[in-house]
Amino acid sequence: MTKQDNILHKSWQLPSTAKAIQKACRDLLGYAETHGFGEDAIFGIHLALEEALVNAFKHGNKSNPEKIVFVECLITPEKFDVSITDQGDGFVPNDLPDPRCNGNLYKCSGRGVLLINAYMDVVEYNELGNSIHMIKYRQSQAPAVEDCDC
Amino acid sequence: MDTSHPNISIDFHGPIAIARLEDEKILDETQLQSLEGSFLPLIDQNPGLQLVIDFTKVKFLTSSVLGLLIRISKKVYEKEGALRLCAINPKIQEVFKITRLDKIFEIFPSWEDAVVGLKKS
Repeated sequence: MTKQDNILHKSWQLPSTAKAIQKACRDLLGYAETHGFGEDAIFGIHLALEEALVNAFKHGNKSNPEKIVFVECLITPEKFDVSITDQGDGFVPNDLPDPRCNGNLYKCSGRGVLLINAYMDVVEYNELGNSIHMIKYRQSQAPAVEDCDC
Repeated sequence: MDTSHPNISIDFHGPIAIARLEDEKILDETQLQSLEGSFLPLIDQNPGLQLVIDFTKVKFLTSSVLGLLIRISKKVYEKEGALRLCAINPKIQEVFKITRLDKIFEIFPSWEDAVVGLKKS
């Protein structure tokens, strides 16, 4: 495979349905595998994709199949780079309660963003908070998150 | 007694139930609803149930599954039972560690280890 062959740039416009989201997730993981990402990296990419795609179609687009989830992916020899954008009102990531703090440990939801932050090397949002940009580097280290204050 | 559900198989040993998750990946809403529909009635119908959930076959799960485990845990303790998890692979253990759920769930290497100390009658 030449260096040119080893670069993939692809985008999707998905209806907000579980079926469409699952297929896109499978396709993205398939590309990561064929581009040689290792088992640990694939696990982290998979987890981050599932969490971000579900956030987009369920929380962002409120599972309205007429609303679109936009996915753009760039895979190079150095990185897996993906942006996921929904048509919702967005959210403020820093306002989310830390699910590890005592009062929140027993809550049944609210861990997706923490896991995305742990497994991806770069996590950024647009100003509105309806678009997430994530990068996993091929030479990525083990998952890590900052300590919480509690 | 051995009872099969769509995506779990359950072995009863007196008040101890060992529930083995059969799916390699637990991802979608249908799987979650099916698991919830298997576990919650089981707990409701067996007050004081000593439940061990065996993750031997599970290689991937999402945060929704963690939420389901918390719902199961609340229901078990509401019914004065006990819940233990076992045979969780290292990658999924890491997910429990990152979310600090390893502090609230009792996790054992195998179901044989998990049943030690549970009430047998």
